[in-house]
Amino acid sequence: MTANDSSPHHLQLTRDGQLRHFLTLDGLDRALLTDILDTADSFIEVGERTIKKVPLLRGRTVVNLFFESSTRTRSTFELAAKRLSADVLNLDISTSATSKGESLSDTLLNLEAMASDMFVVRHSQSGAPHFIAESVTPGVAIINAGDGRHAHPTQAMLDMLTIRQHKGQFEGLKVAIVGDVLHSRVARSQIRALNELGAGEVRVIAPGTLLPKDVESLGCTVEYDMARGMKDLDVVIMLRLQKERMEGALLPSEREFYRLYGLNQQKLALAHPECIVMHPGPINRGVEIESAVADGPQSVILNQVTNGIAIRMAVMSMAMGGQVAERQQKLSERGQT
Amino acid sequence: MTALLDIDQLLDQMESGLRQALEQRGVESPVLIGIRTGGVWLADVLSKRLGIEEPFGELDISFYRDDFSRIGLNPRVKPSSLPFDTEGRDIILIDDVIMSGRTIRAAMNEIFDYGRPASIILATLIDLGARELPIQPDVAGKTMALESHQRVKLRGPDPLRIELQEAGQ
Repeated sequence: MTANDSSPHHLQLTRDGQLRHFLTLDGLDRALLTDILDTADSFIEVGERTIKKVPLLRGRTVVNLFFESSTRTRSTFELAAKRLSADVLNLDISTSATSKGESLSDTLLNLEAMASDMFVVRHSQSGAPHFIAESVTPGVAIINAGDGRHAHPTQAMLDMLTIRQHKGQFEGLKVAIVGDVLHSRVARSQIRALNELGAGEVRVIAPGTLLPKDVESLGCTVEYDMARGMKDLDVVIMLRLQKERMEGALLPSEREFYRLYGLNQQKLALAHPECIVMHPGPINRGVEIESAVADGPQSVILNQVTNGIAIRMAVMSMAMGGQVAERQQKLSERGQT
Repeated sequence: MTALLDIDQLLDQMESGLRQALEQRGVESPVLIGIRTGGVWLADVLSKRLGIEEPFGELDISFYRDDFSRIGLNPRVKPSSLPFDTEGRDIILIDDVIMSGRTIRAAMNEIFDYGRPASIILATLIDLGARELPIQPDVAGKTMALESHQRVKLRGPDPLRIELQEAGQ
């Protein structure tokens, strides 16, 4: 990723400020994020009908391009596309590190030849969806379904939708993100969204070894002690602890991590009595969260999954809408000259 | 220059037209559905006038419009809300203005995604003609034709009034 003119927020918006790709929350203002949440609210209603389908993307082809496997994200994207009446192609591609660049381009050329209208991309390398958005044929929308440590914007937005549903708004809310912030693309997107939407305070709670170097610059405060960090919280977001991190000497042991940073009922009792508990899933019971909390009355973890479908429907239809509106605009300009 | 049409007169016309249509069809317990935004205001007024106590439905047809592939998604979409089961019901569908008929087509497609109604009566405040689809209102408060420089707009909800706007004003 080099030049400034290809910065993601120019790439992902039309001249009129409509979404045309969804790569990152960087550069998207509060009004647009609120539009996404409002549109998703309408799609939640669609999910409650007998026929859970609207004809918006009828006749369009959505390709789920997953270079890194993910059951939940892929299946909610698939369901979202199907509820928009799109045709869906799921491709799980495991890549060899060496031939990645070339095979990626070739894969794209092939998919474009099949007249795809949208690629939903998950990739272990940060910036891969951005790269694809830059090189893809005009008119094809790219949605980032998680790239490396960089961003997971639909996950962050479904979390924002869940918070708004339970708290009504963001003003003055105290929100903590707990756990492996260092390796988390979700945390980065969440901090960005919470700040843009006007949350009162965003805290990260983690051991120093699991925090990025300049974490405060993302727009959050840091707390190493969980008991102190839980105080007065309205929302606590637990991150998944990836087992492979244990081997990297970043943590003493699972048990030690659970003792210090795992969420149990005693620690949750330190927060505001109406504090909601969130987790992007899949959860490691007994590693970052106790079952009594994960299944307890303050947990909204399953609401997050339902909201994930609605957010993905919103983002997909808005990006496709931006693409078609832009194409029409170009056609009419060409007609006038 | 903004000329006002008499809203009460048009509502009287809609009310009596609806009573007649319901009687002709032998419909005893209809439900009202208003199309956002003007149709919802009218559904509120007409449910009181017709003495229908069952809450009326609100339809936002943004997901069903036929111009998505030209202009994209309406950024002001709100959730539809039908607080009753449409299956087997007699529905009065209400909009403020009918012209091309495309809104009504979209609304009927949406209603059928909730279930199969027994019947639909279409009532509009103003029928401007200029139809592009074979859809006609059963009841209209007023039928009129506009000059190309004129626009008509329902303002509301309280008070409801109709504005006739001349271009350039």
